[in-house]
Amino acid sequence: MNEEIKTFTISVYTENNIGLLNRISAIFQRRHINIESLTTSQSEIEGVNRFVIVVNITETQARKVVKQIEKQVEAIRAYYHTDDQTIYTESCMFKIKSALLFEEPQIQNIIKDSNSQIVTVNKEFFVLEKSGRRHEIESLRRDLNVFGIMQFVRSGRIAVTKDEMKITEMLLAFNNQ
Amino acid sequence: MNTETENKTKEVAQKTERITGSEAIIRCLIEEGVDILYGYPGGAIMPVYDELYKFRDSIHHVLTRHEQGATHAAQGYARISGRVGVAMATSGPGATNLITGIADAQIDSTPLVCITGQVSSHLLGSDAFQETDIVGISTPVTKWNHQVTKASEIPDVIAKAFYIAKSGRPGPVLIDITKDAQFEEFDFSYKKCTGIRSYSPIPKININTIETAASLINQAKKPMIIWGQGVILGKAEAELKAVIEKTGIPAAWTILGASALPTSHRLNIGMVGMHGNYAPNRLTNECDVLIAIGMRFDDRVTGNLATYAKQAKVIHFEIDPAEVDKNVKSDIAVLGDSKESLAAILPLLNAKSHPEWLQEFKDLYDIEFEKVIKNDLHPTKEGLTMGEVLNEINLQTKGNAAIVSDVGQHQMIACRYADFNISKSNITSGGLGTMGFALPAAIGAKMAAPDREVIAIIGDGGFQMTIQELGTIFQQKTPVKIVVLNNGFLGMVRQWQQLFFDKRYASTEMTNPDFVTIAKGYYLEAKRVKKREELAEAVKEMIASKEPYFLEVCVEKEDNVFPMIPSGASVSDIRLS
Ligand SMILES: Cc1ncc(C[n+]2csc(CCOP(=O)(O)OP(=O)(O)O)c2C)c(N)n1
Ligand SMILES: [Mg+2]
Repeated sequence: MNEEIKTFTISVYTENNIGLLNRISAIFQRRHINIESLTTSQSEIEGVNRFVIVVNITETQARKVVKQIEKQVEAIRAYYHTDDQTIYTESCMFKIKSALLFEEPQIQNIIKDSNSQIVTVNKEFFVLEKSGRRHEIESLRRDLNVFGIMQFVRSGRIAVTKDEMKITEMLLAFNNQ
Repeated sequence: MNTETENKTKEVAQKTERITGSEAIIRCLIEEGVDILYGYPGGAIMPVYDELYKFRDSIHHVLTRHEQGATHAAQGYARISGRVGVAMATSGPGATNLITGIADAQIDSTPLVCITGQVSSHLLGSDAFQETDIVGISTPVTKWNHQVTKASEIPDVIAKAFYIAKSGRPGPVLIDITKDAQFEEFDFSYKKCTGIRSYSPIPKININTIETAASLINQAKKPMIIWGQGVILGKAEAELKAVIEKTGIPAAWTILGASALPTSHRLNIGMVGMHGNYAPNRLTNECDVLIAIGMRFDDRVTGNLATYAKQAKVIHFEIDPAEVDKNVKSDIAVLGDSKESLAAILPLLNAKSHPEWLQEFKDLYDIEFEKVIKNDLHPTKEGLTMGEVLNEINLQTKGNAAIVSDVGQHQMIACRYADFNISKSNITSGGLGTMGFALPAAIGAKMAAPDREVIAIIGDGGFQMTIQELGTIFQQKTPVKIVVLNNGFLGMVRQWQQLFFDKRYASTEMTNPDFVTIAKGYYLEAKRVKKREELAEAVKEMIASKEPYFLEVCVEKEDNVFPMIPSGASVSDIRLS
């Protein structure tokens, strides 16, 4: 009975409709499931959107939630995947005082070692951008925090799956019906 | 939204015409075959009402006395006919008053199209007079909803609304149309929607699953069927009957499944659930194969899930994939439309009979008859029972009436005891349990099926929730028969207080008005019955009447409905007293 709680990435292909975000988030809210992150963007198919939703739930819950999402008229397909079934990443930005670059020479090493990019530099501040796994971002944040961070922001997870999605085929099948 | 590319539409060459959005709305409704709609006017929907006036010979608008009544009337219309019910309201309070009926239709899978007026698009988000975010509010209780801000969107959106409401597992759809879109002129043409690429309403039947299910059924020693409204919605009554008769499997029903098979059928073993029959509830936990058809294992049906049919292999015939394994884990899920699935499995099933197993149901029925049914239907005590009123109605209508019940003790009694010969005849609020449902729903039912006898069975509490619809009945001269079973209490709640709260009757006793005088105030024929000797004659007079008729029956104040599965208990622990 006591099923293990795991991190699932839920991917949803949808029509582009304003109301759909509401419908989808309500499915989680009604079941008291906290959404860890939610990202939506254009998918590989013209006119089709893709949601990437990260939740910590049991597989039974994931299965039920995905069916509830698919039940929505404007949701084309929904899937759930575990971390090892997806390639995923997050990205983040740091805004930091420019003076620190000169006062604290270690910062330059931290930047170099962390595989992050400097997006812009001016007299007051510079902006650093990095994408990667959560622990890499967290470790960079801890390292920089020592010197002071003016602003920090991290995006939700984006993910592609290892297996095929076959949405294009599905849509083609509909058109040929 | 780009409905042009997204919807598959019939390739019908249509010439276009320049008309207003509001005229288009009415023309679309007529194209969809709508003959009657229910609603209430107000500022934001006035242009549409103006068109309703012009089209009054082609489409009949029924002014209810409250928007909730409009949705319930549309539900009654849909439930008895299988067609889409239509309700209309203005923005703001008009729209929010629709919500209870929409929520009821959502949980009971009733096809509705609700159209609301909205403030002009330039005012959206400005907290304008009677602006309310009805699309946001209705989202969790609609199958689909959409706001229209341009007249040119109207035909496609309405076509889509009807298609979504009635296809697959039906449900309510709300279309919110801004006032400027109602006034705007555009080139009108109409094409019915026949498909939406992101929506597959009916899952394809998998023949392998059908075969596995058939072989499991053929091997079963103690099989039992529980069917639900899915049989009625799928128009699969004949297929269900054929399966039952060929296999000899005893079959029970959920409240919303009632009437799909005649009550008198020898394999009809009664109702499951909290106040259902003793035998099917008890034997749910004895059968070896449980065949669920178009039902969703609601908690009022299953009781405690941890002890529900654990011994049985479960086969679930279901159109909605989200229902499969939601509450009860099935061993075989037969996805698809009930009519197609049952037709496909029928030739694979062996002709059989299960006399000993059927006898187990009969034995338990006899116990229930002695302990409960006898006293309900043929009481010897002085006070009238709800059961004997139903019994009298059965005798006089011979099971041919449609029974529209409200919510409470009288509902359970009506569902338990009403005889049904004809499908779609048990119209009641199942999933939401909405008091106030019956009176307006009976109006819609009678209008959709004028040749049927439509009898509303209502409690004294629920009657007062939508009592104003007596005005609609009077104005429309709708010959519904209204029976109020007056026990002076919110009876069902009082029963729980008696059983589980040591008789602390907190706010369940009502000081009631003179209902007969009220009915007469609406110029309805009305009568009150207080004694057993008067009952048969009064029911006779009511049935004979060609006009609307109101009958109040004063029944025993503190009767209880049994059997009962206390909430959270197992179906095996069903109580007879
Ligand atoms: C709108 C609404 N409010 C409250 C309830 C809770 N409720 C369920 S049954 C019931 C009592 C109904 O009383 P009445 O209509 O007199 O019917 P009776 O049980 O006495 O037959 C109540 C209050 C409900 N189902 N619906
Ligand atoms: Mg009462």
